[in-house]
Amino acid sequence: MSTLVALARAQAQAAGRAMPIARVRHVHVHDRPLVLVPLAMAGEANAPLAAMVGAARDRPCLLAVAQPRNRDQRFAFAAELAEQVVPYLESFTGVSEAVPVDRGRDVRYRFVDAPQVWVPNAGGVDFLRLFGRSTRFRTVDGEYPVPASVPLLGRWLTFLANAAEVPGSALLPDAVRALGMHWASGQSSTEDGQIASLLAWIDPREPIADALRAAERTPPAGPATDPDFDNRVLAPLMNADPPRLDELTAALRAALTPTWELMWQALDLLRGLPPGARVATRWDGDRDAYSAFVQLLAEGGPPQPRHDSAVAAAARLSRLENAAARYAVQRAFDDPLVMAEHRLTGAAFAGTVTMSAPDRVDDTGKRPVLRPRIIVQTTEPVRVATGAALTSPARPGQKATVVSITRLPAPRAADTLVAPDAGDEPVTEVLLELSGGMGRKLVAEPGSVPQAGETLLLTTLTDSFRRPVPFPEAADTPWTHGGPPEPN
Amino acid sequence: MALRMNRPNAPSTRLDRLRGATPARRHDARTIAALTGNPGCSRRAVLDAAGVDKHAVARRIGFPGSFGQSRFALARGNAFEAMLKADEGLLLLSALREVLPLDAPEVDYDDLGGEADGTRGARHARTRELLAEAAGAALIDHPLLTLDVAGQTVFLEPDLVALQVHGRLHVVEIKSFAVVDGRADGAKVSAAAVQAAVYVLALRGLLVELGHDADLVSHEAVLVCPENFALRPVAALIDVRKQLSTLRRQLNRLASVSSLIDELGEEVSFDTALPPAELIASLTRIEARYAPECLSVCELAAYCRHEAGGATAALGRPVRDALGGVPTVAQALALADGAEPQTPELAEAATLLRTAARLRAEALG
Repeated sequence: MSTLVALARAQAQAAGRAMPIARVRHVHVHDRPLVLVPLAMAGEANAPLAAMVGAARDRPCLLAVAQPRNRDQRFAFAAELAEQVVPYLESFTGVSEAVPVDRGRDVRYRFVDAPQVWVPNAGGVDFLRLFGRSTRFRTVDGEYPVPASVPLLGRWLTFLANAAEVPGSALLPDAVRALGMHWASGQSSTEDGQIASLLAWIDPREPIADALRAAERTPPAGPATDPDFDNRVLAPLMNADPPRLDELTAALRAALTPTWELMWQALDLLRGLPPGARVATRWDGDRDAYSAFVQLLAEGGPPQPRHDSAVAAAARLSRLENAAARYAVQRAFDDPLVMAEHRLTGAAFAGTVTMSAPDRVDDTGKRPVLRPRIIVQTTEPVRVATGAALTSPARPGQKATVVSITRLPAPRAADTLVAPDAGDEPVTEVLLELSGGMGRKLVAEPGSVPQAGETLLLTTLTDSFRRPVPFPEAADTPWTHGGPPEPN
Repeated sequence: MALRMNRPNAPSTRLDRLRGATPARRHDARTIAALTGNPGCSRRAVLDAAGVDKHAVARRIGFPGSFGQSRFALARGNAFEAMLKADEGLLLLSALREVLPLDAPEVDYDDLGGEADGTRGARHARTRELLAEAAGAALIDHPLLTLDVAGQTVFLEPDLVALQVHGRLHVVEIKSFAVVDGRADGAKVSAAAVQAAVYVLALRGLLVELGHDADLVSHEAVLVCPENFALRPVAALIDVRKQLSTLRRQLNRLASVSSLIDELGEEVSFDTALPPAELIASLTRIEARYAPECLSVCELAAYCRHEAGGATAALGRPVRDALGGVPTVAQALALADGAEPQTPELAEAATLLRTAARLRAEALG
């Protein structure tokens, strides 16, 4: 946890309400999301007990299983859930757009929108992953036949759960995590796990102590149920002969409705934040993934395997790592509050431009190139080395190479443009050489070079596209990853 | 030793007095395993050593927690265990053969049975007898082991002990959580590993008593769980050496809990018949180390959380560390506001917090 977020938690604790830790929204919020709140039967291996699902706040659909231990009833539930979920998931395949690839020499198509399924917490994602695993290999014939919609649901849920592992993907977001990225509560992250208690801090409708007490009385957001509820309410209704179905349904509805309402409250809160500049780009990636999966289904591809092969696992890990790095950088570039965390650790610093030579040309090479130089003064810690390449979020396409770093002996706040609140902090002067993002001529485009007096933020983080390292061909794959054995 | 027993403050007498008229809450592998959760907490160490019913105390002082277990979970656990042990452990053996070289075609099955307390002595004696023979391959069901916890002898009932042909013993833990495609819930597996370690420790103690080598008990316990979404069993070996060393350290610490207790005044008591105010007064005499993780493992956690209000540790260990280890929220906020650090150790934290506050204010605009 960064000190900035920890400080926000301390402030929230003292103030009795959550504190913002983001200036913009970092997650795409769909205009027509599907909310899904699953409940599981205690002790069983991912046996569904009930679910509340729907794309409209005022029309929740309750699905319940009278006897979760009965496999027929479990798969009947899967078929009902498929009826609610699959049409929604497939409803974004109407319109597609052309995307140029290979520098405009080719074109591919992707759908202009994609589905978004919200669950309350990370447990909800895990439940759907396992439910996908238990249904995607079922067959429509054989010893235990199921409707064709059941394995199809399983494949969709597996697709969504896999997407949820990709940092920055918004196909299957969980509400607790999404809220926790934007607000710091005055309690521990363990307690934040209950959406009711987290929202009590973020959107308090009464003094925090009362709000938290009310949250503690709210039924858990699942998928695990309250043992007391199991023992005192569910068990007598389920074990009655015949089972008291109406009462059971009513009890499950009562257990799920508070979370259902909280989910929509969370969506409203998130919608109230302005979206970050790079949120749409990440959603483009989600649309790509969705389009590819729809195509795979249409082509009759097989269900996702139980285990990735060694090569597929390595490739997936590499994609996840790249996505994580890109996501961290994009959030910092989009959001000064996130960037502040990097400034605290020295991976970024803000300063004032005290000298700018925008027309400097380097003619030592074969042909002259435009290489303006600027000097930036800062009182923040500068933990970069000479030769490091820095970027500024204001000009992401421009590289600033550190030529020299000078720690000034005495504060010169009086005769420089350093911010007046700098006090007697030591001042550092950084000389930088700029390249890129200034047009193709030997004279920089207006505004492309920072001018003296401008406040500038520089960071070692870079948002530029890095071509993924290609994996070796099958014949060159080492035996550790299933390649051909080494000849002796 | 005899001298010590005659002293009025001998640990067990003192422990009994701490507990008052309430009967001692019995330890089992689960409660012993829980001791390793927050080893720095003196309050928990003392209350557990004295066998105080923490749940009853918490209820009495107005902080009842929900620590029940679902009937559904219990029913499934029992059904799975019964299925494995049916027909002299036929199904269990087939699962065990996959991970242990049980080469004998026939394996003895000894059920020492009985849940009643009255048979405990007999069961323990019979367990000793069977282990002393330690000859052929056999499954011993419902053995009764003992372990010294804070000077008290605690009875332990592992689900089962497998006796292997080569004379090495493996503890078998039967759990009803699922292993799907070779993967299971990490938290549940580690809880099972700690419980298995408790049994390994108890079993080793018993074998040493019988004049055998402690290494006869393998540090590899066998975990038997249902596979995927059905009840078919699957076995896996888990190495519990790390859990064993944590456990030994923690049990040693509990043994030294008597010095903590000696320092307590005569008026300190956790008799649940006492009025809540007196119970709370007694609780405050022993220092607690509350962390949010306590909420899921300790019955007193809700009270300790209330007591720790305003402490940075109550927000979680990572928050406290990120705030430079400053103990209270008020102090952290004061330092962030520019207050002078009261001690030189806080100087570094003060600089960090001031910078963080400045950056945060600037970014919030």
